[in-house]
Amino acid sequence: MDFLPPRNDAFSAPAMAAEGVARSDAVASNSAANRKLFKSRVPIYPKEVDGLYRNLKWAMMAITLSIYYLTPWLRWNRGPGAPGQAVLVDLAHERLYFFFIEIWPQEVYYITGLLIMAAVSLFLINALFGRLWCGYSCPQTVWTDLFIWVETRIEGDRAARIRLAAAPWTAGKVAKRVSKHAIWLLFAVGTGGAWVFYFNDAPTLFHQLVTGAASLGNYAAIAGLAFTTYSLGGLMREQVCTYMCPWPRIQAAMTDTEALGVTYRRDRGEPRGPHKKGQPWEGRGSCIDCNQCVAACPMGIDIRDGAQLECINCGLCIDACDDIMMRIELPKGLIAFDTEANVERRLAGKPARFRFLRPRTALYGGILVLVAAIMLLTLSFRHTLDLDVMRDRNPNFVTLADGAIRNAYTLKLMNRTGQARTLTLSVNGITARSVNVIGVGDVKGAVPLVVDADKVRTLRVLVTVAKPDLAASHALNFTLGDTNGKESRNVAAIFVPGDVK
Amino acid sequence: MAKREVDEVSGTETTGHEWDGIKELDTPMPKWWLGLFYACIVWAIGYWVVYPAWPTLSGYTHGMLNHSQRDDVTANVAALKSARSVKEAALRDASLADIQRNPELQQFAMAAGKTLFGDNCAPCHGAGGQGARTYPNLNDDVWLWGGKLSDIQHTITVGIRSTSPDTRQSQMPAFGHDGMLKPAEIGDLAEYVVHLSGRPANAKAVRRATKLFADNCAMCHGADGKGNRSMGAPNLTDNEWLYGPNREDIADQITNGHGGEMPTWGGRLSPEEIKALAVYVHNLGGGE
Ligand code: SF4
Ligand code: SF4
Repeated sequence: MDFLPPRNDAFSAPAMAAEGVARSDAVASNSAANRKLFKSRVPIYPKEVDGLYRNLKWAMMAITLSIYYLTPWLRWNRGPGAPGQAVLVDLAHERLYFFFIEIWPQEVYYITGLLIMAAVSLFLINALFGRLWCGYSCPQTVWTDLFIWVETRIEGDRAARIRLAAAPWTAGKVAKRVSKHAIWLLFAVGTGGAWVFYFNDAPTLFHQLVTGAASLGNYAAIAGLAFTTYSLGGLMREQVCTYMCPWPRIQAAMTDTEALGVTYRRDRGEPRGPHKKGQPWEGRGSCIDCNQCVAACPMGIDIRDGAQLECINCGLCIDACDDIMMRIELPKGLIAFDTEANVERRLAGKPARFRFLRPRTALYGGILVLVAAIMLLTLSFRHTLDLDVMRDRNPNFVTLADGAIRNAYTLKLMNRTGQARTLTLSVNGITARSVNVIGVGDVKGAVPLVVDADKVRTLRVLVTVAKPDLAASHALNFTLGDTNGKESRNVAAIFVPGDVK
Repeated sequence: MAKREVDEVSGTETTGHEWDGIKELDTPMPKWWLGLFYACIVWAIGYWVVYPAWPTLSGYTHGMLNHSQRDDVTANVAALKSARSVKEAALRDASLADIQRNPELQQFAMAAGKTLFGDNCAPCHGAGGQGARTYPNLNDDVWLWGGKLSDIQHTITVGIRSTSPDTRQSQMPAFGHDGMLKPAEIGDLAEYVVHLSGRPANAKAVRRATKLFADNCAMCHGADGKGNRSMGAPNLTDNEWLYGPNREDIADQITNGHGGEMPTWGGRLSPEEIKALAVYVHNLGGGE
């Protein structure tokens, strides 16, 4: 590595500088020649490969990018007055729409559940197959891959790109560079553009964006995301994974030797070395040290050094090596999805085996199923009407002129459907002199109340009891029902009859 | 420092620091990190140019944008006011029935009223309007000056015994203090008032005080003691006692004629604010 002082074994053996003067082994460790505090990035020019994993990556790129770019354009009919966008985060009205699901702010635990599921899935997949997320679906990987693809189309493959980088600035080089960055920027702006559509009605906003009528916040969001996409996907690339992302560190602490991962089978490859046609393969390894796996790696590492923090498990080195193995007529799979434990087993002369069922995979799987089940259950029993009852505690009770006792309650009636509903409210379980809903009047039995579509209606209810028993507070029930009798909510509350002794 | 140590596995130098056998690699920072550092410095300089930054002898540098958070607040408050003006106008013109029929307007009035109540009324009437001795409870159905929305609105506007020329005015005489009644007579009257509120009382004292009540009290409190709202005279037959329910409390009130003061809010709050406040108080539960 260029920033290290040369290793000099002579340092350990003091020499004489002059007669009687021993030469010190001191090194000017902070001299400019010895020390570089900062390390420049060594550019990586990954060679394009062809094969199973490359095709899988193309497919994943197509799927993930399509989902990202197209989702906001999906329509979903929720009836008049409600947004017609299938996936929409409506910040102004505090609603989150996901196809048939509509989440209110007080139900944010569904998002928590989703995040828990996402995290546990990441752990589970990592324990089973290694960093598949990193290699195939992380936005950083997907966009970097896309940007490298653009680069390769314009500047050519690895060798051509290295040549171009070293070449003087001719008109041709300028043209290539300018068009590359222009296309990158185009994708970057599109990425930021797609993001804002998740928070607005996509067709409307698109029209506003083009005509310059959209709000400054939208343009700023697009510009911000365009900048990060361009710089992280185009310029920073592997440095994001190596220096910025916490996941490589976390996963390194969570993985074990039974987890699948892109593995150089050193039991088969070593000792490596060049091979001439016709030479026997006995007594040597299959690796011909052609370095094709290194040339293909977008992270700039050598998989033959073993599992490394930088490796995103993309499998491109597998494709590169399989191609070589075919050409030298050896079986494929010198580099393959395998486990470190299997390499050790084969070295010890034991058969390889895969242990997918391990305590940690069972635990992660269990948590995943549990959280998913809870989410599904609560979602399917989710009420479209809800009732909150808050009793006034200040004052705790009110003594009226004639000595009767009154308690006040604030009720929140929630209608989570797209239609206005007539609900009935009744108070039972207590012998009340009057039940007065402010604005509706004194009510006996069930009162019909209209709650508008997708709204909360707040009501104050006054319950008066003529001569309540002072021994203890009384229980009472508020019942909110649908007029068609399909849904009802029952909330228990208490009535404080005075200064209870 | 003697020999520089290089870690075998990574080929990187160590810093020479060691904790329990663990040595720290002296990995150089990536260059872009340094770039970020310089970018922040450039950003800071740009910030000085664009935004207010440096104090000067007589003020500060205003920056190209001439930005001021104080102006922002003023503008935001103005924007909020204009955003509210539609609903405020609707509130001003609406009757109680209108407001109660319109849940949106009702909620607007309640939200505004609650804040105003907390800021202006809670120190005396309590956070929930529950009142205290000498400060009326606003939750119950007892009103000295009337419990209709318009009554409440008027009371808030002009106050009671306030500095407003239109103030609601009533004065309970200090019968004992000013020598109009003798202590024994006051004792009898207190007994009479206890009797009025339906509690057991000394029959002889009540008989003695009957004429006294008719001569001195009935003018304001009514012959039946039920009070008179146009004069702010309290009902003496109910369970509500602003200055205390006991004989001593009642005798003290006849002797000294306490009367609290409620300030006028007319000049301090806008008519819309007073309306919202009145709706809030009315909706506490006692409104008529
Ligand atoms: S070593 Fe192989 S799997 Fe790992 S990042 Fe490089 S090419 Fe991808
Ligand atoms: S591509 Fe395969 S054969 Fe070539 S150096 Fe890498 S591991 Fe060895």
